[in-house]
Amino acid sequence: MGIEVNDKDIVVPGELLATGMDYVPAQGTYRIGEEIRSKKLGLVTVDGRAIKLIPLSGRYLPKRGDTIIGRVEDIAMSGWRLSINSPYSAMLSMKDATSEFIARGADLTRYYELEDYIVAKIINVTSQKLVDVTMKGPGLRKLSAGRIIEVNTNKVPRIIGKQGSMVSMVKTRTNTNIIVGQNGLVWIKGNDPKSELLAIETIRLIEKEAHLPGLTDRIAKHLGGGAAPEVRAEENMAGEDDGLQ
Amino acid sequence: MMVYNKRNDGRAFDETRDIEAKAGVIKRADGSAYFRIGKTAAYAAVYGPRDLFPRFMQNPKRGVLRCNYNMMPFSGMGERVRPGANRRAKEISMVTEKALSPVLDLDSFPNAVVDVYIELPQTDAGSRCAGICAASIALADAGLDMKDMVAAVSAGIVDGSVLIDLDYKEEAHEEGGVADIPVAMIPSTGEISLLQMDGVISKENLKKAIAMVKTACIKINEAQKKALKDKYICDVQNCDGDKK
Repeated sequence: MGIEVNDKDIVVPGELLATGMDYVPAQGTYRIGEEIRSKKLGLVTVDGRAIKLIPLSGRYLPKRGDTIIGRVEDIAMSGWRLSINSPYSAMLSMKDATSEFIARGADLTRYYELEDYIVAKIINVTSQKLVDVTMKGPGLRKLSAGRIIEVNTNKVPRIIGKQGSMVSMVKTRTNTNIIVGQNGLVWIKGNDPKSELLAIETIRLIEKEAHLPGLTDRIAKHLGGGAAPEVRAEENMAGEDDGLQ
Repeated sequence: MMVYNKRNDGRAFDETRDIEAKAGVIKRADGSAYFRIGKTAAYAAVYGPRDLFPRFMQNPKRGVLRCNYNMMPFSGMGERVRPGANRRAKEISMVTEKALSPVLDLDSFPNAVVDVYIELPQTDAGSRCAGICAASIALADAGLDMKDMVAAVSAGIVDGSVLIDLDYKEEAHEEGGVADIPVAMIPSTGEISLLQMDGVISKENLKKAIAMVKTACIKINEAQKKALKDKYICDVQNCDGDKK
């Protein structure tokens, strides 16, 4: 009876997590008879009576309210289709794209051309995973210049950090501008290639060591320039990164 | 008269060949694994969930699992295997799909597909079982929802002796009868998701063989679990073993 694993253990599908009715299965786990077993590869988190898993891998599943980076892959009659690093693509309709008046039959490539990268926000996801996005909101725009890298979507919360602390540290210390999309696409723009490459290297390091303790300090050390700043509430991401957490 | 009372390679009747398993061996795949049992080796790569085309194959209720089993040209015991699909590969792909789908939960991926490519660089019998073991690790590595892993091994009878994990020599044993029975099992429940047979065996011996398989599958499952965990424990020691 009781719990069979420790907090922060790595478990694989089908592994026994707890027996008896003292614990309840949460995200990533399931109950079979008296037992709670894991449903995917992940990190165990025991939160009171609830046992849940933080996934370590897997593709991005679109969620309402997420801010993502997408690539225009097609232009339809009344909008744009975005490829969003997920099994499903997103639709940006004309009325959500701009407040400007667009005449019937106008050339949509004037606004967004194929291969353009866009920061957009998901407004709706249906049961069949049809995704609608909007460009209306703070920080939502077309991206120009810079680089796009792909990271594991499950590591995005660690890249952003508590209240954006991690990404703002990388931004200030490498002197770059960074936007992290929930779908695992990251846009980086610096004044010179060297700072961009340092930022990319740092993000790759965060991604690789996301599940290990003491991450912030190690990243601070990697970047140089003293210990990591304490997280203060008012440091909450300003400007373009609003809502990207 | 019982002739085959000692195995060619000196194993006990209920002993499998040595097992090696690794997760995350293919960098560009969403999930991947290597599984070797004796001289039979399998690589599995998982891609997806991703868009499924042609469109008529899509299922609006849940995601589709698609497996592809392939023996590489010089992986067999005799002649070069002609590359590409053949009737045998097609059947094994189908049974692999059916062996894995009971544990896989693709409800949250309507109209999408999960592709599993199983490649065998070297075989010495038991290749479909090795393929299933590798595919199961790769699916877990890809972060898909699964209620458990699947472990598989063959059992059989060679000239009157019930044994497990037949190698090619045993499968091709000439005297007495030979039966070869690949079995896939879901370790947590003991449910069987693949059971095929080639040859003749009595009811009693079949029961005995399956009981032996169950114990072996639990052992194989331990190797599968270890492979997945090692991928992350490796990072702790900074040995850079992740996704080489």
